[in-house]
Amino acid sequence: MSDTEKVTKGENRVAAYVKREIGRVLALASLVVIFIFFTVMRPVFASWENVSDGILMSTVVIGLMAIGTTFVIITGGIDLSIGTATALVAVIVGKLVQGLGLNVWAGILVGIIIGGLCGVINGLLITILKLPPFIATLATMKAAQGLALIISDLKPVMFTSDVKGWDAIATGNIIPNFPNGALILFVGAIIGSIILNKTVIGRYTFAIGSNEAATKLSGVKVNSWLVAIYGLGGLYVGMAAVVLTSRLGSARPDLGLGYELEAIAAVIIGGTSLLGGKGTISGTIIGALIMSVLINGLRILELQQEWQYVITGIVIVLAVWGDNVRRRKTGEIS
Amino acid sequence: MATTQLLSLTGVSKEFPGVKALKNVHFDLNIGEVHAIVGENGAGKSTLMKILSGIYKKDTGDIVYLGKSVNVSSPLEAQKLGISIIHQELNLMPDLTVAENIFIGREDRRRGHIFLDNRKLNKAAKTLLEELDLILDPKQKVGELTIAKQQMVEIAKAVSYRGEVIIMDEPTSSLTPAETDALFKIIRSLKAAGKGIVYISHRLEELSKITDRITVIRDGEYVKTLTTTETSIPEVISLMVGRTVDQDQRPTIRPMSSEVVLKVEGISDSRLLNDVSFELRKGEILGFAGLMGAGRTELARALIGADPKTSGKIFLRGKEVKIKSPSDAVKSGIGYLSEDRKRYGLLLIQNLTFNTILSSIPAFSNKFGFLKTKPAGSITRDAIKQLSIRTPSENQYLKNLSGGNQQKVVIAKWLTRDCDILIFDEPTRGIDVGAKDEIYKLLTKLASEGKSIIMISSELPEILRMSDRIAVMCEGKLTGIIDNKDADQNKIMQYATKFRD
Repeated sequence: MSDTEKVTKGENRVAAYVKREIGRVLALASLVVIFIFFTVMRPVFASWENVSDGILMSTVVIGLMAIGTTFVIITGGIDLSIGTATALVAVIVGKLVQGLGLNVWAGILVGIIIGGLCGVINGLLITILKLPPFIATLATMKAAQGLALIISDLKPVMFTSDVKGWDAIATGNIIPNFPNGALILFVGAIIGSIILNKTVIGRYTFAIGSNEAATKLSGVKVNSWLVAIYGLGGLYVGMAAVVLTSRLGSARPDLGLGYELEAIAAVIIGGTSLLGGKGTISGTIIGALIMSVLINGLRILELQQEWQYVITGIVIVLAVWGDNVRRRKTGEIS
Repeated sequence: MATTQLLSLTGVSKEFPGVKALKNVHFDLNIGEVHAIVGENGAGKSTLMKILSGIYKKDTGDIVYLGKSVNVSSPLEAQKLGISIIHQELNLMPDLTVAENIFIGREDRRRGHIFLDNRKLNKAAKTLLEELDLILDPKQKVGELTIAKQQMVEIAKAVSYRGEVIIMDEPTSSLTPAETDALFKIIRSLKAAGKGIVYISHRLEELSKITDRITVIRDGEYVKTLTTTETSIPEVISLMVGRTVDQDQRPTIRPMSSEVVLKVEGISDSRLLNDVSFELRKGEILGFAGLMGAGRTELARALIGADPKTSGKIFLRGKEVKIKSPSDAVKSGIGYLSEDRKRYGLLLIQNLTFNTILSSIPAFSNKFGFLKTKPAGSITRDAIKQLSIRTPSENQYLKNLSGGNQQKVVIAKWLTRDCDILIFDEPTRGIDVGAKDEIYKLLTKLASEGKSIIMISSELPEILRMSDRIAVMCEGKLTGIIDNKDADQNKIMQYATKFRD
């Protein structure tokens, strides 16, 4: 590399910005292209009803999980437990709100906190027991799945109408015609983006993912920060669980497994590197939207669900391969 | 000439987007010759090697190999032609055996082309190793070998292609003097067998021992080809950097403060370190000399809490401190600059500002945890000016800087953290001659400003040039501390080998 030191001096700022953000610009462009394609095929696709209920609402749960996971993946880690942790948080919240009559706000808070605790446990396994993140979170994924089934006694917890306002968390409209769920997602994304880019914990997230050993030798308490980062990711999982139960009107112990891979896919499509050190929240949201738009569009085209899966797989390959080709060309990776 | 020439490159140029990496470079290699290519980092040595070994394609120019014009289009093509390269970072598979590594990709298979014939493989490897006078067991796993032995495996592998040209990129960078001598013996026997060797090294003192000719390139341009017996190291250096650099300097004796900043008492670890004690004074550069494996890096890592100590006390300005982790060390104002900057010092994929504030992020944030980007940027710009870091701006990514400039960024990180004890582990490893000089000046400046410096170095001229006092280690023990005025290379080597043999 030393032979080819890049001289970026003469470039003007706008060009430099576009160049630096080209990954996200391209991802956004693909989202728009896919959207236009489905609109041309079936104009009903672009109706606000479909956009808000069909696309945005179905992005909320995976999107929130993906925001938290973005932090974890930027550290160079992975969290496989977020899917079943969602189910675990859902049934606990369901028992507390439906069974013990906890009020809505307390229910939301408890959900977020339990989600955070799940993340902290992962963080502790990774830092204190020094388990690789893949193994640690594979273990907690199984454990959370079991606990969700035990706590719920294998039955879904139904939210009946005497729990006032629980359904409004996801489906109400603080902004007219705009579902609260989507609002939560966007507010969550903005908060996540601010935390990632403007705060100390965000900076350490990038530092650890760029070079954990160097960060440690620079005097940073890497282990404590990792626990905090997994915990932060867990808070988003907790929120996702709350929104999921609100939207369905029930807490199902079996729902959640597999969500982790969709969330990870959204993060990857959004241009965050599995190697760590690089990534954005906006990219993740674009990635999550690309997946929802695809699924929704293919459904409107009446393509069988089996084929929807196949196409999602192909999109992941194309997105990551395209990004790699671009980075190789610009010399970002070799 | 034509009959003895193995290889010649004429008018080779290569351009990368925005950078002309090579301009009209010439190079030729004769049968049985060791021909060195030298130049500063970024001069174009590795680009040239990559063109020769098929990794890059040249834009213009001719390559003539064994009298024929050739086009080296891929590493496989280079191999077929008989041009092998041994990279600085060895490319061996640690879990495979010596024989498996040598013949990787070319294993002889038994009937049916499915099963491997290990006996045949080991026999072929044994013949090859004997031919080269290498004492290696073909069945041993490569991961169990020392770096020097691993390098021999690479050489055997290169020879096994029956090529005529072997390119060696910094082959001695991690070898001890004895191992280097062994390598030179092998090189001489390859020479005697008529092979041509392209030799790249930063260690100029080696050139007079092993090379026949030396070609100097600077800023991608051919400077001159010298016959080794008719030149001198200072001449080579001045051609490389385009000016004269004084090599054999000794420090001007500075008035030494009597204030002891750091006192280390009886540090041991479970593996190597044995009861090491020393004192470091304010404004002093304390050199740590010793052979590879003497325990100097281990001492530094134990001192800063990166590795556990089994015993020992550390006193800062007379007060005992407990250092159990690097974060404790940093809090005590001790910064460690690793010999492996890329792995232990820098965030290569992040920019200068990020790297500069890495140790002091809390100082650049408000009480709510929000970062203050303006002061971070301005302190980085100050550091760029103060340390004369060559970069277009503070937003440049670290991986795009040269080794010397990367090292300065690590220094900037510790200065920003206000560390007043700095431990430099091989501060000029992989840094070219011109930039070395700058790092030396910087160290002297830091010391005269009152910083206390521990400098671990395997290069004796560097130790003698920089240190006020020299601590020598051998086999995990501190064998002596010598004042610079009483020290010379012989004396240091005596202490460094005290417990050997």
